Amino acid sequence: MTQMEQLKRTFLKDLEGISTLQGIEDLRVKALGKKGDITLLMKDLGQKTPEERRTLGAELNALKDVLVTALEERKEILEEDSLKERLTSETLDVTLPPRPRTTGNIHPLSHVMDQAIHIFGQMGFVVAEGPDIEEDFYNFTALNFPPDHPARQEQDTFYLPSSSSTGQPLVLRTHTSPVQIRTMLKTQPPIRIIAPGRTYRSDYDATHTPMFHQIEGLVIDKHTHMGHLKGCLEEFCRLFFEDPSLKLRFRPGYFPFTEPSAEVDIWWKGSSWLEILGCGMVHPNVLRNCDIDPKEYQGFAFGMGLERIAMLKYGIEDLRLFFESDLRWLNHYGFAPEARE
Amino acid sequence: MRFTLSWLKEHLDTKASLEEISEKLTSLGLVVDKIKNPGEALTPFTICEIVEAEKHPNADRLQVCKVQTGSEVIQVVCGAKNARKGLKAVLARPGHIIPSTQQVLKVGKVRDVESFGMLCSSEELLLEEASEGIIEVDPKAPVGKSYAEWLELNDPLIEIEVTPNRGDCLSVHGVARDLAATGIGTLKPLKIAKVSGTFPCPLSLKVDLEACPYFTGRVIRGLKNGPSPEWLQKKLRAIGLRPISALVDITNFFTYDWGRPLHVFDADKIKGNLSVRLSKEGETFKALDEKIYTLSNEMTVIVDDSGVISLAGVMGGESTGCDETTQTVFLESAFFDPIHTSITGRALNIISDSRHRFERGVDPLSTLPGLEAATQMILDICGGEASQVLVEGQPPYEEMEIPFFTVRLETLGGLAIDPMEVEKILRSLGFKLIEDENGYSVIPPSWRFDITQEADLVEEILRIVGYDKIPSVPYGERPEQKPLAPAQERRFVIRDRLASQGLTEVITWSFMSKQEAKLFGGIDKHLILMNPLSQDLNGMRPNLLPNLLKAALQNQNRAAETIAFFEVGPQYANPTPEGQSLMATGLRCALFNQNTWCEKKRPVDIYDVKADALALFELTGLSPQVEASGPSWYHPGRSGTFKFGPQVVGYFGELHPRVLKAFDVKGPALAFEVFIDRLPQPKKKTMAKPKLELSPYQVVDRDFAFVVAQDVAADSLIKAVVKAEPSLKISLSIFDVFAMGEGKKSLALRIRIHPKDHTLTENEIQMISQKIISSVEKNVGGALRQ
Repeated sequence: MTQMEQLKRTFLKDLEGISTLQGIEDLRVKALGKKGDITLLMKDLGQKTPEERRTLGAELNALKDVLVTALEERKEILEEDSLKERLTSETLDVTLPPRPRTTGNIHPLSHVMDQAIHIFGQMGFVVAEGPDIEEDFYNFTALNFPPDHPARQEQDTFYLPSSSSTGQPLVLRTHTSPVQIRTMLKTQPPIRIIAPGRTYRSDYDATHTPMFHQIEGLVIDKHTHMGHLKGCLEEFCRLFFEDPSLKLRFRPGYFPFTEPSAEVDIWWKGSSWLEILGCGMVHPNVLRNCDIDPKEYQGFAFGMGLERIAMLKYGIEDLRLFFESDLRWLNHYGFAPEARE
Repeated sequence: MRFTLSWLKEHLDTKASLEEISEKLTSLGLVVDKIKNPGEALTPFTICEIVEAEKHPNADRLQVCKVQTGSEVIQVVCGAKNARKGLKAVLARPGHIIPSTQQVLKVGKVRDVESFGMLCSSEELLLEEASEGIIEVDPKAPVGKSYAEWLELNDPLIEIEVTPNRGDCLSVHGVARDLAATGIGTLKPLKIAKVSGTFPCPLSLKVDLEACPYFTGRVIRGLKNGPSPEWLQKKLRAIGLRPISALVDITNFFTYDWGRPLHVFDADKIKGNLSVRLSKEGETFKALDEKIYTLSNEMTVIVDDSGVISLAGVMGGESTGCDETTQTVFLESAFFDPIHTSITGRALNIISDSRHRFERGVDPLSTLPGLEAATQMILDICGGEASQVLVEGQPPYEEMEIPFFTVRLETLGGLAIDPMEVEKILRSLGFKLIEDENGYSVIPPSWRFDITQEADLVEEILRIVGYDKIPSVPYGERPEQKPLAPAQERRFVIRDRLASQGLTEVITWSFMSKQEAKLFGGIDKHLILMNPLSQDLNGMRPNLLPNLLKAALQNQNRAAETIAFFEVGPQYANPTPEGQSLMATGLRCALFNQNTWCEKKRPVDIYDVKADALALFELTGLSPQVEASGPSWYHPGRSGTFKFGPQVVGYFGELHPRVLKAFDVKGPALAFEVFIDRLPQPKKKTMAKPKLELSPYQVVDRDFAFVVAQDVAADSLIKAVVKAEPSLKISLSIFDVFAMGEGKKSLALRIRIHPKDHTLTENEIQMISQKIISSVEKNVGGALRQ
């Protein structure tokens, strides 16, 4: 056996017994370090004949390659083992609750208002607004409520002590309908608006709160008739309640500001008709009050309670809790924020 | 409005089922509220006869009765004094539910004697509110038969909602007329009587026609008042009215049957003569409800020489009320106008069937026929003889012609209807038609106050045909536009931003109490409600925070520790539209977060709410200036004001300890307020963003600690650093703030220098650092910390 074979055999045998990276390094130095066995043999080459140098050199280089490869392989195995060992000791309890992210909730009424706006938006409606503190003229007179008419007193109105600059008594608007008047007085038909907002009536029990929300709709043009009113509200209700075959029932009703007037019921959960909104064709007197000629223009108006449709859609039972700011309720019935453009 | 099916059928000849009638009523706009069959709960109770009644061996007040049920004789223990042999009574058997208690009757032992049933009182069967003893059934009644059936209680009671414009349907006849127009039956005509008076009316009458345009009356003498006949009592009881006496019951009958309120005065109690006039301020009147009312001007009253004896159309007076001794009456039938009646009723807060009808309008042409028909009924029931009729004024009804183009049914109502059908409907509702060259004009009947123009006629026809016949037309052209203008959209964006910041949206009352608003600038006197629901909600809020603080307290009382609320809503500075500001107001209380395994809890602080508010200002694309200190409800040294130029756009900070104490909230409490409508709209959006230069050269980070005076704003230090070398971008973060005492503080900054076109040499870095130090020194008087 040549010296080189001897070296190779001893080296590989030693390598097998090594279990630490340090041991591998030590062995590398012993064979390939400055004073290592192979290095010394390389140095000896200088004293050999060119002939010997060529054959011996080639053999030595081959041996060196073998050793280096063996070292690396062994090193990789050891590294792999030690990584495995580390990983087994590094487990975490993945069932622990995650790092809390604090996100708040959107109130269900805002959510519903947003939905309603977008459904009507697809039908070409735009949002119009008016103040909460309203003049008697916009809230009643222009809407064809005659003075002292029982309908006027049925709306338990909140009054403020002073009058407007035009001498009108001031009230908290009892409905969003005054926005109809404000819009018609400053816009030429065609008009197609919705008006969501706060409304007030002096009534507080299980089914009434002194403040509530309505969404008003108004369309004025030359051709809109009751068929369009039905079509529009059917489309809205079916989209809003996410039921394409939802049944609606239109029945005669009474509002001073519409004629013909209708109440709309929806067939709810296959068991009963539930009233959800009032509507009708805009009363000719209302058009006249807004300087619009009823011989030329006509249209419809509707108004519905947002609390009502929110309660139906989301199965919310107690109206009063909408305004109690109870975190337990808000977390349960609220909605996660959405990114908006 | 309530009536029974059998009563309706006295006016409507129909074969329609109850269900069909109910559906028609609703589709006519006379919504059926409920239908109740009062006989239903009483069906099991049968008529029995007591064949033996003996004293209970162990109890003085009880009797042991043997009762014939119709099929057997059973033993029943009874405590009623009137239980006696031969009496026909109403029997409940074990297993039956007693209506008054809703308990199931069981076989029981009463003082050791077994009882196999119960003899019922009217009270137990809910037939009367209170009763003494057991029911004594007519001796002719058949034993074994259902008592309810014998009483004919199986007559459904129908309750409908009548809208304020349909006073004519506050009568059974009016309801029948509407139903007949739909074709499900035929309207039976009212029985019109004409009673010729046998003597002149002994009372003289003076009527101020301003107070009452049309008044009729007559005296009926020699009558005998007493309980009204069973048929009348039964009718009234069925609709929830208590029978009183024949005279009163007859007027109530006409109120419901015809929709024609009448009044009877005991004529022997009238002092002197009658007149109808407007009341004078301060007059008093004792009504039939035994209350004394003080009148104001302009109420229509009927007076005799003693003063006011009746509030016209609202309620009669006590002094001339009829009782069983009444022998002579003055019967009144008049037209009282809706507005006067409504004002009177509302001012005195009297609710009556009469007021309810007069304020909605009673058919003026029913005045005299109503008087005659009621006279006839009084004569039939009470006997006596009638005087001639006194009539003052004229029925206020003029025929009005409304031109009607039936094409409007289609162009306004969306439904084309056969003209023959239209005419038939109009006639059956009592309208007259006058043909002319264009079509025809329509004259509404005297009982329809609500029909004045074409649209009203369109509704009438559609109502009878049914709104369900109108085909629904899907919305045609849909202008493509966003429903929300950018400023409107912004409120929803703000909600989403704030919720993403960890705040939860609440919606609170627009009102609050004057007291609660005190620490927030108070409520303007023009914003105090004249008729608040309660003192807690008596004014329009000048600020949202008191409501948020109250909400915080309520939640803290329920053990909530991390409170982060916001509301997007109005606050009011004055009653004009401009005085209403839309706010985004937020409140954070106590802890920012709870202790968890991975994060330690910490209290909220001013920089949390500052971040909340700044998240909103980001929407404008501009950053506001921040000035130290805010309004009085904030801690003066721990609050700030946001401004765009001279315009205040918001506040933030720690709430004043005084506020915290007043609202009893566990602090710290931090708030922000942003005036949404004062935020400028971002400049016209271009899609393109500013060009980005990505430098390939290494950035340089250096840490500095500067010592500055305590009152130097961090913001000014930041500005001094950033502008130190204008040719390069310098960014920084403040990683430590430390108060050193003696009016000094130290701020530690990590400054990052972004090279532009070459890697910075050590020399250049030194020069820039030096520039930063001198800029800080020059601008804020700071020095490098040694």
